[in-house]
Amino acid sequence: MEAPRLEMRDISKEYFGNKVLRSVNLSVAPGEIHGLVGENGAGKSTLMNILFGMPVIRNTGGFEGRIFIDGEPVEVNSPYDALELGIGMVHQEFMLLPGLTITENIKINREIVKDNLLSKLLGKKLGILDFERMRRDARKALDRVELNIDEMLPVLGLPVGFMQFIEIARELDKDSLRLLILDEPTAVLTEKDAETLIEVMKKLSREGISILFITHRLNEVLRVADNITVLRDGEVVGKLPSSEATIEVLAELMVGRKVDISARARRGFEEDAKPILTIKDLHVDMPGERVSGLSLNVQEGEILGIGGLAGHGKIGIANGIMGLYPARGYVHVANYGEVELNSPLSALSSGMAFVSEDRRGMGLLLDETIELNIAVQALLSRGKFLKKYLFNMIDRESIRKHALKMIKDLDIRCTGPNQIVRRLSGGNQQKVCIAKALTLEPSILFVSEPTRGIDVGAKKIVLDLLLQLNQELGVTIIMTSSELAELRSICDRIAIIYRGRLQGILPVDASDKEFGLMMAGELSAVKEGVF
Amino acid sequence: MAKDEKVLSSTSNNMHESQKNQFELKWFLRKNIVPVFFFVLCVIGGYYSGLPLPFLLNEIITRMARNSFLVISLIIPVLAGMGLNFGIVLGAMAGQFAYVATVNWQMAGLTGFTTTALLSIPLAILFGWLTGILFNHTKGKEMITGIILGFFANGIYQLICLYFMGNIIPIKVPSMLIPGSIGLRNTLDIKPMQYALDNLLKIQVKIPGHVFPVSIPVATFLAILALCLFTHYIVKTKLGQEFRIVGQDMHVAEASGINVDRVRIIAVILSTILAGLGQVIFLQNLGNINTYGSHVQVGTFAVAAILIGGASVKKATVGQALLGTLLFHTLFIVSPLAGKNLVGDAMIGEYFRVFVTYGVIGVALALHAWQSLQEQRRIALLKADISGE
Ligand SMILES: Nc1ncnc2c1ncn2[C@@H]1O[C@H](COP(=O)(O)OP(=O)(O)OP(=O)(O)O)[C@@H](O)[C@H]1O
Ligand SMILES: [Mg+2]
Repeated sequence: MEAPRLEMRDISKEYFGNKVLRSVNLSVAPGEIHGLVGENGAGKSTLMNILFGMPVIRNTGGFEGRIFIDGEPVEVNSPYDALELGIGMVHQEFMLLPGLTITENIKINREIVKDNLLSKLLGKKLGILDFERMRRDARKALDRVELNIDEMLPVLGLPVGFMQFIEIARELDKDSLRLLILDEPTAVLTEKDAETLIEVMKKLSREGISILFITHRLNEVLRVADNITVLRDGEVVGKLPSSEATIEVLAELMVGRKVDISARARRGFEEDAKPILTIKDLHVDMPGERVSGLSLNVQEGEILGIGGLAGHGKIGIANGIMGLYPARGYVHVANYGEVELNSPLSALSSGMAFVSEDRRGMGLLLDETIELNIAVQALLSRGKFLKKYLFNMIDRESIRKHALKMIKDLDIRCTGPNQIVRRLSGGNQQKVCIAKALTLEPSILFVSEPTRGIDVGAKKIVLDLLLQLNQELGVTIIMTSSELAELRSICDRIAIIYRGRLQGILPVDASDKEFGLMMAGELSAVKEGVF
Repeated sequence: MAKDEKVLSSTSNNMHESQKNQFELKWFLRKNIVPVFFFVLCVIGGYYSGLPLPFLLNEIITRMARNSFLVISLIIPVLAGMGLNFGIVLGAMAGQFAYVATVNWQMAGLTGFTTTALLSIPLAILFGWLTGILFNHTKGKEMITGIILGFFANGIYQLICLYFMGNIIPIKVPSMLIPGSIGLRNTLDIKPMQYALDNLLKIQVKIPGHVFPVSIPVATFLAILALCLFTHYIVKTKLGQEFRIVGQDMHVAEASGINVDRVRIIAVILSTILAGLGQVIFLQNLGNINTYGSHVQVGTFAVAAILIGGASVKKATVGQALLGTLLFHTLFIVSPLAGKNLVGDAMIGEYFRVFVTYGVIGVALALHAWQSLQEQRRIALLKADISGE
């Protein structure tokens, strides 16, 4: 029998005394697509970082266990070793250099050089970059992921979906690629793009490349993986061929209890109630997600979904209104008045709050504690958590109490409220972002991609929480998401954005075809006001 | 269909670029505020100094020839994300040690100069390597580390020159030592090697209407040109690309299999070598070494010059280095006289000189910080740095 492409034996790892992996075994055959699923913080990224020799592992005391590639025991002490072994990885967080072109990013550290006297004498590094050939290679790699974009554009300002495909193209460009690790590659993609990616993965596996695929979208893993390994709290709790798995089985294995994943019963919505938020002719200058002349009314108490394809501006709306990107136009909040644009403070004081899609960029202070992150915005803009003595003092006790409540409500997996946010797993960082916005007690809450990178169990918690906020506290919610299913599960209506403008508003039970056509700009606002 | 969508939004990105061009003049002024400001000062100063043109030109040319090398040596570390390398002081020391050796060997002329230059290289590699190791332990704080390192290294330098030379390190030429004692004298005469490079090839250019010609040290400028080409070349190599990658994001560089620490050490070593050669050229023009002083301000002056040229701690080009050297030294020449002619007090000009060197570093860094602050303001606001209501 052929040796497995990858075998990881008895892998254990601890971070500062916190055991995050306990004798994990994993085996992947050549050309196999192997799904790896588990709750946020289960240890998936840590396992992959070990396999890829990421410095963070070495810097925190290394790991135990052994790794075999094609039957050979190997030492992966640095990403360089991984590169030599033919291991490629698309990390959970972006690993692109925005200041460089797409070509330079794809050929990073594998640049092609033209030889000259100095380079012959002193080594390849002194050869001049051969941009022509690099370009051609980049073009080829981009074509393999079906990304039709000028390879000489800078990465800066491209929509996240593009960046994801560029990262995959970068890995494909490695000739010796034998094993490809994809850590939540679809989290930032629209359903269509995720579809493309799955096709690409299948093609690669036919070429004999093994793939380790991490995702929280269980239907994807069921469709594409040959085998699935389930991690819970750093232990393998299940290993099964995907033909035997169902979403329910996986979800139960992951969280160790039954998960109800049915959609909620929808309530009717009063269309002609007076709008709580009026947007007129909004223009937002967000690179790659430009909004150009959007008008939209949001009704008090509703959950409005905002959908659309990547690059059409759905992400730009909340970012513009909240003052994160240059904007002009008219935004009015009932009971407050006109909101001054380009002023986050004005937006915050009008009772709006925002959970950003870009949690690593602007959502969080990564080197501060969880409790500070949760409290800081409310403290500064609303004067919450202050004790009045002679002068205002920060009330640490109430911050701690509130943080503990949030950690419990949102099921944030951490060692305690004073853990540094950088050391949380990706999904748990997202939960801290949500807790921060909730602390503002907003009357209007913008959420962008709220469940990006969150496991099924927690996803339900987050969506339920949004619903609860909406129904019990009457918070109006505007949720932007690339997952139609997610929008459908809690929204009252769904606005579709096309080329920076409102294309139309659809009821949640409109057909997939209608949504598809509208996102492509082929169905216009005819549906508006139908319900 | 998803494919078409992607094409669409990429073209709309390009449209955005062309819109930007409409603001070009405004953009130009805003981006080049520092060199424009100092250019205006130079013109005003030049006018009021009342200096005759050939004199002014001669002075400028001499100083350009003397200093450009040192300023250009700053570029590579900036590319590698290490900021302005105040550590080039150590390069200057390497150059001076090399002179001590060649003077001691009683060498002269071009042979002496070349030997000095060659000798400075291994010393600079050693110093640069040590500096690089230190910088790798203080990532993100290279500039302040460089300044402090300069003070510290000066201490060791003094120890070596004052107590080791003529003692542990034998010195054959008695006139180099403090009479009746050990340790190097305050001034080290290198007359035998003066102008070794400058006079190699010198042309005189007559300016119509003036008696005195302007003389140009062609060989020195050729050396500077070679350095410019070298820097330009390095930037375009794979090594240069690695500098850039490390400079943009060390984490990404590391994840791509680049040995970040090694690349940074190479950057510092290159910078130190160039600074060493720069100091050797600088001193051959002066003709003597102020043993305990010549190197002290090398870092500060070079940094001030490149900042005036419009460079920042994140971006620096050969053009900025040359322009900065030109502006900085022009101000240096004209300001005392202009001060005297304008206010009747040469001291004003002297003050201004001092202000230029130290002030500009502060001002340019502050301007730079302000610019990036503007960019980040919106984000920072929402992030948390809101200062109350
Ligand atoms: N740099 C670090 N320092 C300390 N602890 C860490 C660090 N990185 C991760 N952890 C901890 O290790 C555990 C596993 O994290 P990991 O990132 O592997 O989770 P994950 O399965 O990838 O989750 P997610 O789906 O949210 O990305 C978590 O409890 C996390 O808090
Ligand atoms: Mg992860």
